[in-house]
Amino acid sequence: MSTTQVVTSRPTVIEPERTIRRYTLSERIHHWLGAFTYIYCLITGLAFWSPYMYWLATLVGGGPTARFWHPWLGLGFALSMIWMYKMWRGDMATTEADRRWSKAMKHYVENEDEKLPPVGRFNYGQKLFFWLMFYGVILLLISGLGLWFVESIPWSLRWLRYLAVTVHVAAALATIGGFIIHVYMGTAMVRGGFTSIIRGDVTATWARTHHRLWYEQITKGIPPQK
Amino acid sequence: MSQATLAIHRISGHAGPAPGEDVERGTQVCKLVDTTTCIGCKACEVACLEWNGYTFTDTVFDNSYQTMPETAWNFWNLIKFNEHEREDGSITLLMRKDQCMHCADPGCLAACPADGAIVQYANGIVDFQQANCIGCGYCVSGCPFDIPKFNPATKKMFKCTLCSDRVSEGLEPACIKSCPTGCLHFGTKEDMKDLAETRATQLHENFGFEKAGVYDPAGVGGTGVIYVLHDATDPESYGGLPKDPRVPWVVRFWKGPAKWIGNLAMLGGIVGVTLHYLRFGPKEVDATRRENGRQP
Repeated sequence: MSTTQVVTSRPTVIEPERTIRRYTLSERIHHWLGAFTYIYCLITGLAFWSPYMYWLATLVGGGPTARFWHPWLGLGFALSMIWMYKMWRGDMATTEADRRWSKAMKHYVENEDEKLPPVGRFNYGQKLFFWLMFYGVILLLISGLGLWFVESIPWSLRWLRYLAVTVHVAAALATIGGFIIHVYMGTAMVRGGFTSIIRGDVTATWARTHHRLWYEQITKGIPPQK
Repeated sequence: MSQATLAIHRISGHAGPAPGEDVERGTQVCKLVDTTTCIGCKACEVACLEWNGYTFTDTVFDNSYQTMPETAWNFWNLIKFNEHEREDGSITLLMRKDQCMHCADPGCLAACPADGAIVQYANGIVDFQQANCIGCGYCVSGCPFDIPKFNPATKKMFKCTLCSDRVSEGLEPACIKSCPTGCLHFGTKEDMKDLAETRATQLHENFGFEKAGVYDPAGVGGTGVIYVLHDATDPESYGGLPKDPRVPWVVRFWKGPAKWIGNLAMLGGIVGVTLHYLRFGPKEVDATRRENGRQP
């Protein structure tokens, strides 16, 4: 190069916006404990689900290894869910605000958030996902024990073996549906959400836009609306 | 039979039909168990253990001949004893050699998720390949005869192999070899069916067993182990032999339509969220980041 091009530009001054603590360390740890164990069970479960996805077992050490760990990590997921239930069950109760919000959910889906009524710490969709996973894991745990110890179910009660298969598959598919939407919304769709579950913080604007009632509650001390 | 693929089909430069051409009548092997001539000596149990390298485990005593309660991962062949009360109130001892039935339509194989863990040979033997088995136990749910058993030490499933190792060398299964009364027979499915029907007819005509018949359940496409029963209308009394065994419909649904429904639903979910992103994009609220083109 005979000439050196010097590009100069005025650095943009970014005013650091005030941040708000959205998730405590404990909440984040238990969320990621649940995420890790669920994803492990998802990968191995899909391997057992279809021969065309059996290769997924190779990623986690092969079929026998996948089969060995799947129920144990499933138990881990159930434990993390119990913890999340203890932390969040109060926050996850449906309120009047949720009912209003759910009627206007179309606007949320179409990114017309300005037309939405304000909601608390979690919106109705998040609450639906929480309860889907909560009841899903109860069904997965009970039916999973039936699959784990299938020989312990006596032949005379073999309908329980078949019920366990049915319930495990149905509950798994239901949670996978929720999981796809959850991951999409948490990473690609609702910007700021993924950072918040890793670092714990959101900006004031984020809180005001997505969870107005929660924002007002923690900034102005307004009690949560029922 | 095991060398079926080497049977002469045609030969060159030969006047007239080739020697041995098409004499092989069938490749399907079959065990015939004539319960009417079984004396319950358990020689087949011992032969099975010996050939397969297992030893007897502790026996139980419940005031019957049933000293082993059920088959196990290392005990594949069991005589099931039943003190059966006839209609006139008299007692008869029904004895049936229980083992894998080697179904033509095996439920274990349908249920198995592990690549190559269960094979069905061209001769009809259904065999577990422990090297590929992951020990999930799905075969337990798939089997209409409650046969596959889990070895907790190796975490693999085991069951009767119909002595595939012996049969492939042209030998009969170990249990057949040991039977002192000749109630066990081994040959092609066709021959065993003929022999069984002949015996059933004999029981009808000469011994007054009106209901004698052959057990070769059609619900699983026929089996590689068939029975002659004194009373073919009541197989259940022979140690719980199912009357109309079928691969459970739940297993059929699970491995058939459910898979398509589930896969389409999962794919639909992924396609759905992708389309949503392309149509509506993200919810971006942090103005400073948006202006600087930064994605959080």
